[in-house]
Amino acid sequence: MLNLLWILLGGYVAGILLPFCLPQEPKAQNLMASVPAIVATSAGVVLGLLGLMSSEPVTGSLASTIPLLTLAIRLDSLAAFFVLTISVVGLAASIYAIGYGRHVEGRASVATLGALFNGYLLCMTFVVLADNGFFFLLAWELMSLLSYFLVVTEHEKADVRYAGVFYLIMTHVGTAFIVMAFLIFFQGAGSFSFEAFRHPGQPLYGGMKTLVFLMALIGFGTKAGIVPLHVWLPYAHPVAPSHVSAVMSGVMIKTAIYGLIRVYFDFFGGQFPWWWGFTVLFLGATSALLGVMYALMEHDLKRLLAFHSVENIGIILLGIGVGMIFQSYGLKELAALGLLAGLYHTINHAMFKALLFLGAGSLLHATHTRNMEEYGGLLRRMPWTGLFFLIGAVSISALPPTNGFVSEWLVFQSLFLGFQIPAVFLKLMLPIAAAILALTGVLALACFAKAFGIAFLAQPRSAHARHAEEVPVPMRIAMGFLAAVCVALGIAPMVVVPLLDRVVTPLAGISIARNILAIDGWALAPVNVEFSSLSTPVLALLLVALSLLGLALAVTFGGRLKPRRYKTWGCGLNLSPRMEYTATGFVQPIKRVFSTIYQPTVKLETEFLDESRYFAKRRHFEFHIELIFEKYLYDPLVAFFATLADRLKVIQAGSLHLYLTYIFVALIALLLLAV
Amino acid sequence: MLEATTLIVAQTTVLLAVSPFLVGLIRKVKARLQLRRGASILQPYADLAKLFKKQPVISTTTSWIFTATPYIVFASTLTAGLLVPTFTSQTPMNFSGNIIALVYLLALGTFFLILAGLDAGSAFGGMGGSREAIVASLTEPAMILSIFAIALTAGSTNLSTVVHKTAVLEGIMTDPSPHLMALAALFIVALAETGRVPVDNPATHLELTMIHEAMVLEYSGRHLALLEWAAGLKLAVFLSLITNVFAPWGIATTVAPAAIGIGLLVYIIKIAVLAVLIGVLECMFAKLRLFRVTDLLGVAFILALLGLLFFYILRS
Repeated sequence: MLNLLWILLGGYVAGILLPFCLPQEPKAQNLMASVPAIVATSAGVVLGLLGLMSSEPVTGSLASTIPLLTLAIRLDSLAAFFVLTISVVGLAASIYAIGYGRHVEGRASVATLGALFNGYLLCMTFVVLADNGFFFLLAWELMSLLSYFLVVTEHEKADVRYAGVFYLIMTHVGTAFIVMAFLIFFQGAGSFSFEAFRHPGQPLYGGMKTLVFLMALIGFGTKAGIVPLHVWLPYAHPVAPSHVSAVMSGVMIKTAIYGLIRVYFDFFGGQFPWWWGFTVLFLGATSALLGVMYALMEHDLKRLLAFHSVENIGIILLGIGVGMIFQSYGLKELAALGLLAGLYHTINHAMFKALLFLGAGSLLHATHTRNMEEYGGLLRRMPWTGLFFLIGAVSISALPPTNGFVSEWLVFQSLFLGFQIPAVFLKLMLPIAAAILALTGVLALACFAKAFGIAFLAQPRSAHARHAEEVPVPMRIAMGFLAAVCVALGIAPMVVVPLLDRVVTPLAGISIARNILAIDGWALAPVNVEFSSLSTPVLALLLVALSLLGLALAVTFGGRLKPRRYKTWGCGLNLSPRMEYTATGFVQPIKRVFSTIYQPTVKLETEFLDESRYFAKRRHFEFHIELIFEKYLYDPLVAFFATLADRLKVIQAGSLHLYLTYIFVALIALLLLAV
Repeated sequence: MLEATTLIVAQTTVLLAVSPFLVGLIRKVKARLQLRRGASILQPYADLAKLFKKQPVISTTTSWIFTATPYIVFASTLTAGLLVPTFTSQTPMNFSGNIIALVYLLALGTFFLILAGLDAGSAFGGMGGSREAIVASLTEPAMILSIFAIALTAGSTNLSTVVHKTAVLEGIMTDPSPHLMALAALFIVALAETGRVPVDNPATHLELTMIHEAMVLEYSGRHLALLEWAAGLKLAVFLSLITNVFAPWGIATTVAPAAIGIGLLVYIIKIAVLAVLIGVLECMFAKLRLFRVTDLLGVAFILALLGLLFFYILRS
């Protein structure tokens, strides 16, 4: 298995170096970056699968000259699961990059982009493989930095630079919290190795443990995009090149989920009070609901998808949070179920979100705009992209029999099973969380009906959309591959659940695959068939069979009259794209019903003709929604630090002698303290 | 296996056969209450037959989504119907999905209906889709909570199991108050989901009031027939759900022919009674303004939540 790891490492390193060996040849440079990445990610897929199958974790380590740092890796089932997820999405993104290169040409250096992308995937893989706190932080930091460089690929644009800086600050605040959490672990353990974290010399007690919980939650939460730490996500993810967005939204934010599970279930061994789980659950529910609500109001397709990542991280956390609650009450089977549901949604979200981002990239490639209001009629012009985007949209809307439905269903079941908890408060809260999940699900449906409907259906709304053409073959292959994975994850839960069970077993201390799979694996039945069951393969069969029944009925009763094609009636006028519903109009009722959250402001200015007040010369319509967290949390915070910095200017006079004096005084003070 | 197949075919046939009857019955009741004679109860069957024979007209702006939608909506509604017990509590497809699968299967149909509405390219389709989206998003939380309150009593979220247990085990309902609240919530949900007054009006073609009708405005011929049939099916699904979950009396709990015969008869009577009730209600109330529907569905949600609360308080 270590051989595979060397192939993976070699592939990525080759992908970093080779593009620079061929100067001035963008097409070849692109290939030189993408092909090694394809090799490396394929090795990663196999490595992840083998890691999931093997019963014993694989370890390896290289000593280094830096104190406390050992380049130690450990491929246990949890790490293997994430390696697999990263590699599958990475593989699709690398294939996509072959075709997408042409889009980048002339805007940025293809060689640099390719090299950065390989390095980024490499660091991400090592984040989940690392078995040493120091090494983990190193990989984590490199991953964040490389992703920053990828975000600012088109740095000539002001909004891209703004997004980049925003991301850089947020991710470093997050990293700072993770460092602090690890330092607390280090104090007790005396070493940075994860093994020592698991079994520290001096176990952490009460307050310190809570502190680690909160720091890990804030630190990893920033990367994951938990509300209210999500604000960077809708800025940074959209401006990166689309295959990078796919990896960022699909898997990079999942490394934070990995971190949370690693700390709570592995380092702490699942020993924590119930309110930890409840906090995670609460944040999950909030993120899910607010994420989808803001997504609904977005008309920039990639920003919309970024907000949906916030939503889906919320759903994952609902699963993990409920698992933590069960764990704290010693209900091991249910804890395993919640975790399994969360992990199932993790891999599902990685696949459909990457697919949707690649789809959005294809639209960008074909129309040169991210504004949905300028799309329209693209399904006829880009049939393959349309089909794959539809599969992604149906999956993310959690409609049966797709993969998104299976994992959301499992989350629902674990929430329902909350009635087994002895505390009445939680008994009531979990069904309410289920109701929030239901609301989230339907709003996601509305959002993707809007996204797909406005972008792909009816008539083109702009010249961009009218002249759109289907994207190159490699891009289609990448999307088709992810779409196929989505479908497979949906209709074959009997294959997925046993694999996930291998991840969950060491964490929850119990294997539940046999309890979940019923009727020879044809149905999922958490706990028992009596309580609930679901069989997506059977539902898929039924849907196909009954569609055919509909067809048969139509033929029997009516024969096969050929339909007549005629234009839609435009109320007596010639039908034009301006008569179509817009994305803004589509979500207007939702905006109005939930106006407490959106706090919309509408501005309508009309200039009338001089002759009469009944005829308008020009109308100007503007509407904004308030991003409450930015306004009430971040703006005051930024303002506070700005004032603070202003005040500190007093001691910063620009004189070198003065600064030397400060250093000298500080040194004396420290020495005095030490004595 | 043979028995299961027979039951599946029987249930499909019963649902398909009974749904136009329900639509006709509601129309007839409304007509009589409005002092009209009204068309025959069997008129919807004739309408379907006629529509199937007509040549469909498809807009030039549309894509394959528009043509595929009627089949998807028909199939998803019928699949949902197979998860709900009708005349027998031993629904063979019970294992393939519980209440959540039912809700999301219906949502699959809604999703494609919204898409088809947008695909036609006129303002009406988008308007209907937009309204359908907000109504759906407010009904589903209430629906899931209300069913859950009942599921807790029976210890199952599989509809057939719930009904079977309630029918077989006398006295499973130690206290009816959670059930009554859940029933009220689910009834409101059913009105909203099937597009009846006071949420939507199936008899309207005025742009100001249309929701469901606006989405299917551009359909004709066999496509319209399938969509109309699916709308009827959805009504049948909800009426079966309500009658059998709350009043499973007379339902066949075994597969003996006599029991099934009685079950079928009782089932038709029960849903007919409920359909009459809906017809009466439609005459008593006016359609609510779209932004008033929020309040009604809010009430449904609170009722369902109270039902749940009552359950825990009474049990602990």
